[in-house]
Amino acid sequence: MSIDTATAAKVAKLARIKIEEDALPALAQEFNTILGFIEQLNEVDVEGVEPMTSVTPQRLKRRNDEVTDGNQQDKALKNAPDAREGFFVVPKVVE
Amino acid sequence: MSDLNKLTIAEARDKLRAKEITSVEITKSCLDAIDAADALGAYVHKTPELAIEAAKAADARIGAGDAPDMCGIPLGIKDLFCTQGVDSQAASGILKGFKPEYESTVSQKLKDAGTVMLGKLNMDEFAMGSSNETSVYGDAVNPWKVDDRNLTPGGSSGGSASAVAADLCLAATGTDTGGSIRQPAAFTGIVGIKPTYGRCSRWGIVAFASSLDQAGPMTKSVRDAAIMLEIMCGHDAKDSTSADISVPNFEAMLTGDIRGKKIGIPKEYRMDGMPSEIETLWQNGTEMLRDAGAEIVDISLPHTKYALPAYYVIAPAEASSNLARYDGVRFGHRATLGAGDGITELYEKTRAEGFGPEVQRRVMIGTYVLSAGFYDAYYNRARRVRTLIKKDFEDVFATGVEAILTPATPSAAFGLGEMTDADPVQMYLNDVFTVTVNLAGLPGISIPSGLDAQGLPLGLQLIGRPWEEGDLLNTAYALEQSAGFVAKPNKWW
Repeated sequence: MSIDTATAAKVAKLARIKIEEDALPALAQEFNTILGFIEQLNEVDVEGVEPMTSVTPQRLKRRNDEVTDGNQQDKALKNAPDAREGFFVVPKVVE
Repeated sequence: MSDLNKLTIAEARDKLRAKEITSVEITKSCLDAIDAADALGAYVHKTPELAIEAAKAADARIGAGDAPDMCGIPLGIKDLFCTQGVDSQAASGILKGFKPEYESTVSQKLKDAGTVMLGKLNMDEFAMGSSNETSVYGDAVNPWKVDDRNLTPGGSSGGSASAVAADLCLAATGTDTGGSIRQPAAFTGIVGIKPTYGRCSRWGIVAFASSLDQAGPMTKSVRDAAIMLEIMCGHDAKDSTSADISVPNFEAMLTGDIRGKKIGIPKEYRMDGMPSEIETLWQNGTEMLRDAGAEIVDISLPHTKYALPAYYVIAPAEASSNLARYDGVRFGHRATLGAGDGITELYEKTRAEGFGPEVQRRVMIGTYVLSAGFYDAYYNRARRVRTLIKKDFEDVFATGVEAILTPATPSAAFGLGEMTDADPVQMYLNDVFTVTVNLAGLPGISIPSGLDAQGLPLGLQLIGRPWEEGDLLNTAYALEQSAGFVAKPNKWW
């Protein structure tokens, strides 16, 4: 599987990272090196093997469905790059 | 009394109890050492006022009697831990200026035990790296030096390793996703343990790969690791993967008696092109354990070769998901937008500016292996291989093997900048001996065990059974006593 610059651009877009046009060939090359390394996994016989979901066999704990936290609007907004009137501020998202 | 910064946790604890010294005195000694060590780049946010305040409180608590073991002990905290009101950036530009409104569970436990935080420690950006060269703060430097080159302290917990080895604290916290505690510990001649997955709460630790990340202590001795690990462990309702299993008194388990203990030597860890010094170190370690009465057996972990490739699917996949939260909206860096830029440009520019090259690379690899059409071929296949890697260990432990001895790293510390031109995979090979342990969720410890011909420290790794950190620490203690590693770096900084 070889990655071309168009695929590299698509991946960058999916990852929401702006990559300049002239940086794409080098990026595609790096992807190919790493994916080439990963290709070794194809040598392993995984027939009938379950994909691991949890490394330690445990049931997730349950608790009563009740409010245990909240009412911390000031704290939640404290580190925001732009917050006004109790909200996070972003560029217009609806026309 | 001078050089209080050079004490171990155990020594300081006993002197504090005997009222020979105060926490304020140890803390000041550490703060002086830190201020004289900027050349090491270990501390990236110093908190001297908070430290003195905490030391005074600790002294009062000790004076009142019945203080916990680590009360008054000054520590460095890796920048990956969220610390309330103190910069916590994960060594990334995207978290510049981030001051959490909360404290990570592990650092809170250490606080509650009366420890003194000296400041935040350097690391690879988002813990992605093996040389501390991906940090937005610049490199951390290894206090060990054999010529005019500056050497890497390893990574990702490079600042923690450098600080402990140079006595800029009594001990430090680290985190380990593929070897990030054990590899830097080996490069700097200190002890580092990654406990069983689920032993330490991950709450409040900036997430890299959630199914692999674990916190652990980096210390000057195995005894210190036992003391500090006990405080860091324990169930936490805020981390659904944290195990509700009681934490024993690890220090009490350090008898040094390993007679009859069955220790495995895995043949697959004998890599092509492994330096003869590493091979010799491993043989010496094997003999030491045999001399101490252990039964040495040859074992096979057949899927070892596939651990690194599986890791470089699973870890980036989880990272791409975890790092989606850095979008310039709720915290950290936000790019300046141009006319007409919308929300997509906000995300794309913010992430391009805020993430360094290695983090961008891993996020995109993760995005690729999770994308439609490749999910089965890469991600699910890697998770299947992970099942097989874990089974390798289970099969070996089922034969009565109680611990496994391997080298910690394939080489001693290398020079900063020497890997710059190598492809990323060359850097990934640093974790070849440690990464299996994360994939299998097992505890692993790196113990300084010798010097190479140049005079640089080398470490051996012991791998234990799940939840058997106490037994693992005891085997490590026996190895530590036999190896008798006492070398310290010559102060040049």
